[in-house]
Amino acid sequence: MTVLPSALDTAGPDYAARRAAMLARLAELDAEHAKAVAGGGPKYVERHRGRGKLLARERIELLLDPDSPFLELSPLAAWGTDFTVGASVVTGIGVVEGVECLISASDPTVRGGSSNPWTMRKSFRAAEIALRNRLPVINLVESGGADLPTQKEIFIPGGRTFRDLTRLSAAGIPTIALVFGNSTAGGAYLPGMSDYVVMVKDRAKVFLGGPPLVKMATGEESDDESLGGAEMHARTSGLADYMAADEYDALRIGRRIVARLNWRKQGREPLPVRPPLHDEDELLGIVPEDLKIPFDPREVIARIVDGSDFDEFKPLYGASLVTGWAVLHGYPIGILANARGVLFSEEAQKAAQFIQLANQSGTPLLFLQNTTGYMVGAEYEQGGIIKHGAMMINAVSNSRVPHLTVVMGASYGAGNYGMCGRAYDPRFLFTWPSAKSAVMGPAQLAGVLSIVGRQAAQARGQIYDEEADVQMRAMVERQIEAESLPFFLSGRLYDDGVIDPRDTRTVLGLCLSAINSAPVAERPEGFGVFRM
Amino acid sequence: MISRLLVANRGEIARRVFRTCRDLGISTVAVFSDPDASLPHAGEADLAVRLPGAAPADTYLDTEAIVAAAKATGADAVHPGYGFLSENAAFAEAVLAAGLTWVGPPPAAIAAMGSKIEAKRLMAEAGVPVLPELDPATVRAFPVLVKASAGGGGRGMRIVRSAGDLPGAVEGARREAASAFGDPTVFCEPLLTGARHIEVQVLADSHGTVWTLGERECSIQRRHQKVIEEAPSPAVDAALRERLSDAAAAAARAIGYTGAGTVEFMLAPGGEFFFLEVNTRLQVEHPVTECVYGVDLVALQIEVAEGAALGDPPRPRGHAIEARLYAEDPAEDYRPHSGPLHAFEIPGVDAEFAVPPGHGLRLDAGVVSGSVVSTHYDPMLAKVIAYGPTRAAAIRRLSAALAGARLHGLVTNRDQLVTTLRHDAFRAGDTDTGFLDRHPTTAPLAGEDAVRLSALAAALARAAANRRAAPVLRALPSGWRNVPSQPQRTVFAEAEVAYRLTRDGLTAEGHPDVALVSAEPDTVVLDHDGVRLRFAVAWYDRRVHVESALGPVTLTPAERLPDPAEQVAPGTLLAPMPGSVVRVAVREGDTVERGQPMLWLEAMKMEHQILAPAAGIVTALHAEVGRQVETGTVLAVVTEGQ
Repeated sequence: MTVLPSALDTAGPDYAARRAAMLARLAELDAEHAKAVAGGGPKYVERHRGRGKLLARERIELLLDPDSPFLELSPLAAWGTDFTVGASVVTGIGVVEGVECLISASDPTVRGGSSNPWTMRKSFRAAEIALRNRLPVINLVESGGADLPTQKEIFIPGGRTFRDLTRLSAAGIPTIALVFGNSTAGGAYLPGMSDYVVMVKDRAKVFLGGPPLVKMATGEESDDESLGGAEMHARTSGLADYMAADEYDALRIGRRIVARLNWRKQGREPLPVRPPLHDEDELLGIVPEDLKIPFDPREVIARIVDGSDFDEFKPLYGASLVTGWAVLHGYPIGILANARGVLFSEEAQKAAQFIQLANQSGTPLLFLQNTTGYMVGAEYEQGGIIKHGAMMINAVSNSRVPHLTVVMGASYGAGNYGMCGRAYDPRFLFTWPSAKSAVMGPAQLAGVLSIVGRQAAQARGQIYDEEADVQMRAMVERQIEAESLPFFLSGRLYDDGVIDPRDTRTVLGLCLSAINSAPVAERPEGFGVFRM
Repeated sequence: MISRLLVANRGEIARRVFRTCRDLGISTVAVFSDPDASLPHAGEADLAVRLPGAAPADTYLDTEAIVAAAKATGADAVHPGYGFLSENAAFAEAVLAAGLTWVGPPPAAIAAMGSKIEAKRLMAEAGVPVLPELDPATVRAFPVLVKASAGGGGRGMRIVRSAGDLPGAVEGARREAASAFGDPTVFCEPLLTGARHIEVQVLADSHGTVWTLGERECSIQRRHQKVIEEAPSPAVDAALRERLSDAAAAAARAIGYTGAGTVEFMLAPGGEFFFLEVNTRLQVEHPVTECVYGVDLVALQIEVAEGAALGDPPRPRGHAIEARLYAEDPAEDYRPHSGPLHAFEIPGVDAEFAVPPGHGLRLDAGVVSGSVVSTHYDPMLAKVIAYGPTRAAAIRRLSAALAGARLHGLVTNRDQLVTTLRHDAFRAGDTDTGFLDRHPTTAPLAGEDAVRLSALAAALARAAANRRAAPVLRALPSGWRNVPSQPQRTVFAEAEVAYRLTRDGLTAEGHPDVALVSAEPDTVVLDHDGVRLRFAVAWYDRRVHVESALGPVTLTPAERLPDPAEQVAPGTLLAPMPGSVVRVAVREGDTVERGQPMLWLEAMKMEHQILAPAAGIVTALHAEVGRQVETGTVLAVVTEGQ
C-alpha cells in the first residue's frame, strides 16, 4: 500500500472558487443533456406516447437489469449543428441479464428517428466500441431511415452500418435487433444483418420498398403487413425469429435471448474493489478555471483509484509527467498524468518507457490530460524534443494494451497526440467540463496570426493596421475558444462524452470492465523494453 | 405406568403431547401422512410411523392403521389429541381392545356425547339447562341454527334467517356433515343473539373426583370456529362461575366421565346459560386454562389414565388469552391458503407447549419456518398464548407478539387477530359470538402510508440485492446514469415505487420527506421526517413481506416484462385453491349476473362458492362435479355483456 496523501485545502477560497466554477459548468452540461433526453420535444413525445409506444430511453431502461448502471455514449452528438442534441439515437453500455452489452436505440420522436450525418458517426463509434471490446449489440430499431436532405453525406458511408453488424457477428459477437416500428429500405438490413431478430406485432414494418414504391416499380398492389409486418416475417419470410405481442414482450424476449447467449467475458476478473480514501466529491475543486495555473494530478488519482493506492514510477525523472501503477474498480492500470502542462524530452522518454512496461505486463493505461504541448525553443529543439516526442507518440500509437483517456484541462498541440488523444484510438475518451482542446491556446493562436500578419505586411512594405489587428485577434480568440470547448468537440464525436468529474471513477470502472470483455492484448514480440 | 405413547394426531397437538411425554420420561411415537412427512411432529417423536396417503380417511382417521402402528412400535398407550378420532368411541374401544391404555374418557361417555341430539336429552335429564330442539319442518321463529348432530368445529353449521333459506341450509349442512363426519343427521335450535360462548374445563379421575378448572370464553369466532379464547371470561363473576362449574360437574358425573373434557355453554346477555355440548377430549384452547391454573392438562390426562387420583384442585391466577393463527384470508371469507411457509417467527416466546415461568408468551405451533401447509387438513398454523397478571396486560403482550411476527409466504389471519385484540369493544370485554360479524376487522393493520413506505423500503432492499448479485459492475453505484432520464421503477399491486439513488442520496417520487439511511437486501432504514424507521424485508417469488413499526405489509410484485402466454383473459375464473368441484350451477351459454354463484369447490372440508366476476355469458365451462382442480385451474370464462 502506497497511499497518496492529499494537500488539497478544501476550506480555502481557491477551492471554493474552482468548485463553484465547475458546478456552473455542470449545470450547463445538465441542460445540454436534458435537450438530448427531451428528444423531439413535448409535441412529438406526446404523439409517440399516444400511439402506445415507449420512448427510446424507456425501452432501454426496461431492457437493462434493474438497478444496474448505464453509460450513455456521445450524448452531446450533433451539439452545435442544425440537428437535435443527441443525434436522434441513444447509444450506451449497459447490463442485460448480467451481460454488458452495447445498446443502441433510435429516437423516433426526432424526425421519426431518421439518421443524419451525426447519427451515423455516433452509430459508427458505438459499433467500433462493440467490436473492440467484444460487447454483444442490441439494436432497438424504429427509424424512418436516412434524413433525405443530407443523404449525400450518409448514403455512401452509411453502408458501413450493415458491414459493421455482420463483421461483429463474424467476430463471434452476437447482434440482436428488436424492431419496434419502421425499419424499411436500407434500414431493413438492420434486422437483415442481425443474428437474432424480434419484431413487435402490428408495429414492426420491415421491407425494402413500401406499397407506393412497389406500385411504381411493378404495378403490384400491396400493403404494409404483407410486405413487412411482424406476422409475415415471423410466419412466412422467416426474417423475424420471434414475434412479440407488444413492446414489453419484445424487451422480454430480447432479455431471454441475451440470457441464452452463454456469454463469457475473455478478459481478467477484477480484484476486490476498495473505494478511494479521499472524497471523490472534491474532484470538483481541483482544476483551476484558468488552465494556465497547473494542478497536481495526484490529487485526482487519489480520488479515483482503489484505496487511493498509487505506486509512482520514476518519480524523480521528468517530474512534469506523473507515471505509476494503481488499481481502479479492481482492474490494475498504469497511469500517465500531466503535472505541469509542458512535456520536455525527459517526460517524453519516461512516457515511452512506461508505455513499454505496461505492454510487458499487459496492463491497460489511463491518460489524464492537462498538457499545453511539447516544449519549444532553441534549447529544446537542439536537445531533440522532436525525436523524444516522436518516441512517446510512437509508443502510444503502437501500444497493444487498451488505453483510456480523460481530458481534465488543457489538451493542446502535439501533447494531445502524445497523451493519447482521439486520433490515437483510446478505447474510451471522456472530457471534463473544464477541458479545452486545440492546436494551441486561443491567445497564442491569435498572437501567432498577428505576428505572421505583421511580418507579411512588413515584407510587402505596408503599414500594419493595428486597429484591424486588435479586432482580428479578438475574433480569432473567440472562435478558437468556442471551438476548443468540450460541448463543441463532443458534438463532433471527438470524445465519448463530457462527464461530471465526480463520475470519473465510475465511468472508468465501467469502461475497464467493458474492455475486459475482450482479451487484453498479448505481450508483443520483438525487442525488449528500451531504456530511455 | 405408560412407557411409550402414540399420538394419533398431527401438527401442534401432537407436538404438545410429546412435550409432556418428554417431561415425564415417556417415549413418543408419531404417525404421519405423506404430506406431513416433513412437518416437525413427524420428526420430533422417538419413533414415527408413516400412514400412506393424504386424505384424513386414509390416514389419521384409519383406526386399523393407527392401532397397527402402536403395535409395531411397542407403544402401550394412545393419546388422540383433538379432532380426527379423538371423539370416536369405536376407536377408543379398538385401542382398549388391543390392550393399550386409552388417554381419554370411557368409550361409553364419548358415545353418549357423540350425538348432540342425544347429549342434550341426557343433560336436560341431569338438570343442566338446554335450548329446545326445533323440527326443521315446523320452524316458525327465526333466526335458527342448523347443526350437524355429529358435528364439531363449526362444520355443517348454518345460520338461517328466513323460512325460504331453510331447506337449502339443511341440505348443505347434511352434505357437509356426511362428508366430514359420515353422519348426515342435522337439527335446529333457536339462535341466541348476543350470546357468549363459555366453556368449563373439567377433569375427572376414576375415583369419583371431578375438578372444574374455571371457564374459558371463546366468543370470538368465524364460521363458528373459535379464533380467540381466554380465561377467565370478563363476563363471568364468582357467582356465575360457581353455577357454571356446578352444571359442568353435574354434566360430567351424569355420563361417568373421566379424564379431561369440556362442557360448552351459550351465555345469554341476561346471564342465563344453556348447555351446548360436551367435548370429550382435550380442547384446542386448553393452554389458557393451563396458564391460569398452572397445570399441565396432558400430564393430568396421563395420570388419570394411569389410574391416579386427583388431589385438591389448583387455584387460578392472572389472565391468559390465546389467538389461533390460521393460513386463511379473513377478507376473502376466510379462504384457506396453502403452500410454503417461508418464515414463521414469533418474537419473545418464553415457552413452547408449556406454561411460561411467571408470566409470558407461549407458543404451540405445528409448523416451523420452511414448513409446507397442505390442503388436506385444518389450516391452523399455531396458537399464540399470552399469560399476564391482568387481562389488559395479556392483550397487550399478545397483540404485540402477533403484530411483530414474521409470517412469510402465506396469507394469514394475523392482522384480524391484532385488530380484534386492540378493538375497544374487545378490550372492554364486550364480546359475543357475533363479534367478528358485527365489527369490521378485516382491514390490514398497516395503513396506506405504511404500505407506501414499506413498498419503498422493499424496492430499495431489492435494489441492494440486485447490486449484490450483479455478475458484473457490482461495485458501481446503484442505478448509476451519466444522463438521467427517469427513475428506477418497482411496481407492486399495492403501490408503485419510483426512485433514484445518486450521490445526493435517495429521491423517491411522492416521498419528499424520506431519506435513505441504509439499504441491505433484508433491512432498510429510512429517515421519515426526522424519525428513523427500520424495515425488515423478505422477497419471495410472488410475495414480499415487510415488517416495521408501521405494521406488517405484504406486497405483490408485478412482473416488469410479463410473458403474454401467462396472462389470463378478463372474465376467466380460476380455482383459488386446490379442491374438488362439488356442484355446478351454470351451463355454457347461460347468462349470469355479477356475483352470482356459479359453482362450488370443496377444499379443506369447507365449501367455497365461485362467483361470476361480471355480468355476461358463460362462454366456457371446464368444471364438472367430482373434478379435482389445482390452484389456478381455469374453471369457467364469463364474457362480459350480452
